[in-house]
Amino acid sequence: MFDVEKLRADFPILSRTVRGVPLVYLDSGATSQKPSQVLDAERHFYENSNAAVHRGAHALAEEATDAYENARLTIANFVGAQVEEVVFTKNATEGINLVAYAFSNATDKARQGLEVDQRFVVGPGDSIVVTEMEHHANLVPWQELCAKTGATLRWFGITDDGRLDLEPGIIDSTTKFVSIVHQSNLLGTINPVREIMDMAHAVGALGMVDLCQSVPHMPVDVNELGADFASWSGHKMLGPTGIGILWGKSDLLNVMPPFLSGGSMIEMVHMEGSTYAPAPQRFEAGVPMVAQAIGLARACDYLTELGMENVFEHEQELTAYALEELAKLVGVRVIGPLTNVDRGSAVSFVVDGIHPHDVGHLMDAKGVAVRVGHHCCWPTCRRFDVPATTRITTYIYNDKSDIDQAIAGVKSAQAFFGASTKASA
Amino acid sequence: MSEDLYQEIILDHYKNPRGKSVGIVSLAQSYQVNPTCGDEVTVDVGRGSDGTLLVSYEGQGCSISQASASVMSELINGKTPDQAEPIQAAFLELMKSKGQLEPDEEVLEDAIAFAGVSKYPARIKCALISWMALSDAQIKAQLTATAITTTRNE
Repeated sequence: MFDVEKLRADFPILSRTVRGVPLVYLDSGATSQKPSQVLDAERHFYENSNAAVHRGAHALAEEATDAYENARLTIANFVGAQVEEVVFTKNATEGINLVAYAFSNATDKARQGLEVDQRFVVGPGDSIVVTEMEHHANLVPWQELCAKTGATLRWFGITDDGRLDLEPGIIDSTTKFVSIVHQSNLLGTINPVREIMDMAHAVGALGMVDLCQSVPHMPVDVNELGADFASWSGHKMLGPTGIGILWGKSDLLNVMPPFLSGGSMIEMVHMEGSTYAPAPQRFEAGVPMVAQAIGLARACDYLTELGMENVFEHEQELTAYALEELAKLVGVRVIGPLTNVDRGSAVSFVVDGIHPHDVGHLMDAKGVAVRVGHHCCWPTCRRFDVPATTRITTYIYNDKSDIDQAIAGVKSAQAFFGASTKASA
Repeated sequence: MSEDLYQEIILDHYKNPRGKSVGIVSLAQSYQVNPTCGDEVTVDVGRGSDGTLLVSYEGQGCSISQASASVMSELINGKTPDQAEPIQAAFLELMKSKGQLEPDEEVLEDAIAFAGVSKYPARIKCALISWMALSDAQIKAQLTATAITTTRNE
């Protein structure tokens, strides 16, 4: 196991104060903080090797291209992927949209009689399957696809204890695509993705997994997911903003229509038309985010040095502690699994009589940064009949004292609103 | 610091809302939602026999959004559109002030308690949501102040 106190020194932001008190950062599910090593790697690139990649033959262009492609290799190795299966995107949302647009672009082309891979053609009578616990990023693109093509969106519901209700018949012979979240960013639930991907493949559908909350927090090997595509972001795993990863099987990526088109993604260009490069270049139009790729690779190295098994174990301990402490509070209800079984570190809760915004505000007054709101999972909130939740998310730099601070913050909110009830009564 | 935001007046309006779901003959309705947090407010406006505004609201959300709706209905109910307009303008100005404005109690009455909210950018929308719904409903019902109507017709 790693030494939390020691590694906190790598994160300068963690030693600052907010609102006049020391910062307790429990919002890593939204974005993680960045260690100096990641920032230094970006700075080193800009100061020593900066050039546009995959064009030009001068020394810096070569160095920059090498650094960019080495970053891709490091990131691929981090999740057990082949390097040509790793596409750099702006963020996870773009990765999901890239796949959704492959379907709508292929469907458009098919309507014009152009030759396309039929696996990406959808229309009336076909279904796309998601779950009720998806982040809007893995829901709205599929709603849009259905609206454009006439396909039907279906979803697995959620049980009262925050698990997927895998009722038979949701995935059936009409299903062309299944996209599900690995770990829910609101409930913390870790879903049986392999089982669901196998269900998709059994009916000839393709499948995708949203890894935003799993790759940063647990060992993930993309080959074990049983999926065809996966997407996640860099900034939630110690990396910079502005970079995400789309992983996809090469035989699929190479037959998909492009998403963004332009420079770098072409094979041949004539005035009459163009052909496209194989993946991953096929999906990386324009000068890409080189420094961010290098920063993200450094983040992967940082996590590898800690050991992802250790990261998971550390967070399991914190999650168990948070669940235990929250259970002791009267009037506090956790939304999501109450035990650590198949559960990650996102812990959402509601406090009787106090809106999550007010809870969050009073925690913030004590320096505790948590997320409040619907967490881009509005339908999930509706499922549990809550307008919003307060959410604690931990990472490698948190320890039990941070959870204690959060609990103290919740208690102070209860005292504040409770006290004023008496005052105004 | 929290006391700065949560004035006693705000907590009182939150716990004992005024003007919520009162039966009025509605001429227009506006539903507003804050997509970042899910706060929702629906405001109905009607016109009294003396030409004054009748206001009713429904909603759910944080203490700031709900207290603000309560204060708004108390301030605006029974005012003519021309009397209401300076109050609405003053509240909007207060919310944009980043805590730098001394609010005029003569005009804003209980709404001066929201002065502290303007220091918290994430909460300004909470305080404004019902006021935005009111303005929108007034436009739909053609119950805006004379000055505004004139400007719009130009």
